Amino acid sequence: MFQDILITGLVNGGVYALLAIGFSLIFGVARIVNIAHTAFYMLAAYALYALAVKGGVPLAAAIPLSVIAVVAISLLCYKLVIEPVRRHDAAVLIATIALGLVFQETLLISFGGHYLGVPAIADGFASVLGVRVSYQRLVVLAAVALVLAATWLLLNRTRLGLAIRAAANDLEVANLMGINVERVAMLTVAFSAALAAVAGAAVAPVFVVDPFMWLPPLVTMLAIVVLGGLGSLKGSLIGAFIIGFVEAITVFAVPSGAYLKGAVALTIMVVVLLIRPEGLYGVAFEEER
Amino acid sequence: MLRTLLSATAILGLALSAPSWSQTVKIAILGPMAFVQGENHWAGAEMARDEINKAGGIQVGGAKRRIELVRVDTNEIQSVPDATNAIERAISRDRADFLIGGFRSEAVLAMQEVAMDAKKLFLGAGAAHSKLGLNVEQNYERYKYWFRVTPTKDVDLARTVFAVLGTVAGQIRTNLKRETPKVAIVAEKAVWTEALVAAAQKNLPAMKMEVVGTWQPSAVATDVTAELSAIKRANADIVFTLLSGPVGIVLGRQMGELQLPAVAFGINVEGQKDEFWQATAGKGNYVSTLDTFSEVEMTPNTIAFVKAFKERYKRAPTYNAATYDAIKILKSAIEQAGTLDADKLIPVIEKMEHVGVAGTDTWDKRHDLVWAIGKTAGIAVQWQDGKKVPFWPPQVKGMQPFKMPASK
Repeated sequence: MFQDILITGLVNGGVYALLAIGFSLIFGVARIVNIAHTAFYMLAAYALYALAVKGGVPLAAAIPLSVIAVVAISLLCYKLVIEPVRRHDAAVLIATIALGLVFQETLLISFGGHYLGVPAIADGFASVLGVRVSYQRLVVLAAVALVLAATWLLLNRTRLGLAIRAAANDLEVANLMGINVERVAMLTVAFSAALAAVAGAAVAPVFVVDPFMWLPPLVTMLAIVVLGGLGSLKGSLIGAFIIGFVEAITVFAVPSGAYLKGAVALTIMVVVLLIRPEGLYGVAFEEER
Repeated sequence: MLRTLLSATAILGLALSAPSWSQTVKIAILGPMAFVQGENHWAGAEMARDEINKAGGIQVGGAKRRIELVRVDTNEIQSVPDATNAIERAISRDRADFLIGGFRSEAVLAMQEVAMDAKKLFLGAGAAHSKLGLNVEQNYERYKYWFRVTPTKDVDLARTVFAVLGTVAGQIRTNLKRETPKVAIVAEKAVWTEALVAAAQKNLPAMKMEVVGTWQPSAVATDVTAELSAIKRANADIVFTLLSGPVGIVLGRQMGELQLPAVAFGINVEGQKDEFWQATAGKGNYVSTLDTFSEVEMTPNTIAFVKAFKERYKRAPTYNAATYDAIKILKSAIEQAGTLDADKLIPVIEKMEHVGVAGTDTWDKRHDLVWAIGKTAGIAVQWQDGKKVPFWPPQVKGMQPFKMPASK
């Protein structure tokens, strides 16, 4: 049973990490609580379905096309919906919830309330410590590694990354130093949406594609970023694996309580908020700018 | 002049001989129209309407009336209040004579109250909850306007599912020479599964099966790999499913991906749909479930209906398409009673035996279908290489063998 928990927790944690990193990035840098983050992930899954299944486009081409389409939509959303209210946190929160719902209803009207499937990039399974893991899940783990590397490179090895970090550190000083903070925020949104889209494309063949698929991971993702610390990429990564392991332990320890997986994640979030509000690696609220 | 006179006479004659369409029988079809359930409600009703109207309509007393359908989107999967608003609208604004449909038990229970307030005949075509029929027994005067057309009530669904499970276990005993097959129960956490899980835990040992565990994921769980790893460790031969949500697709797909050496059988509502194979990306092989329609001779009308449905809609019907039967039942009752008066139609339906397309229907004092294998209990199907193959009840003509995964 130990190896089952180890492998299942690791693989599921990887799926969550892929989602949480993008959310954490946009909060940590642009200070935008983007509730529609998992809606972008849903859009990518639908784009992949439309291109690969309906359009017959090969997966190798359909995946980058889906990511590009989602980034374009995210930029449009930023300009039209988020930017006008960006200075009001509550308004941004409500606007992004509305965005998510608009996407949900649009997909419901366009594709109907059907559950759809996207073919896996790699079929079959590997046996790891006697536990069967599908190749697609290993692809997800590889995507996590790639996404992390890309994010680290962007933030630490590019001029844009320097600007992003400067804006995150002190928006006003960055502005005074000549950095176009609005443009930086927009590019951060685009990069974050790209991460969500990569997550959608990688995870769509593992999950079921439907117009409500953005909601369950949203709850888990919020629990993860609160646990890891709002805005901390390292915290999000560790938080994702903690939640992955906790869920696996729940299923193995209390089989008839498997439905409590989500509730356990939320309980952890509440406990963390009570004991350590800044999370594992986050900035304490009172220290925030 | 003579030619003009003859033409005028012919036109007049045709006009007099044609049925009068001035009045219609207005039937509201209630369902979540953006979802497969509502689509099937509507499709079944359309087929019945077109067939009846083409044949001249419904004879109501001395006049023929055509059927007019009203498409009512209840949105009940997302919101119960939306459903009650929709049925109110169908009664008060659309002035529907009859109500047919419903899917989600919680919503249908609420809609039942509205229909009973208005004393409108409401033929259910989707919800299984016992309370719907129990209401009729406990307060006949108020709830007598409710009849269940499909499916059988939840308790009877359990009777069917255990009957099929006995057949599946028998095949495992024969194929694997395993006297006591091991069963893993996977039931979504929902009100409708509670009694069924308790019954399974109690009945399966008596049926010489060993229950190795009960896993209860959420109906909308996106991942059950942890559950499947545990089931594999427990060496289960059968995964007994009680699933109505998308978790049924996830389970089918992940069982296929991980090539779990067990067969899945039970209730898997998503597995009843044609879209299941695509949704599982072709991984849902051997998943089996209770179902209603297939090209088998459940009644003399079933095969022709299923073929016509597939030809028209390019997909197989799900059980909600039994709105077809509901409209035929109404037609038969109206023509016998010679009126649209619900109070006069009720005793006619209570005594009726209707040979429909889903089965042969009679009703008990709760206005629930009388359960009988080969009549109202439905069928069981298994996904085999992209096709939904019917395998139970074996005595019905057209059934095919149940298959086991190669690894079993």
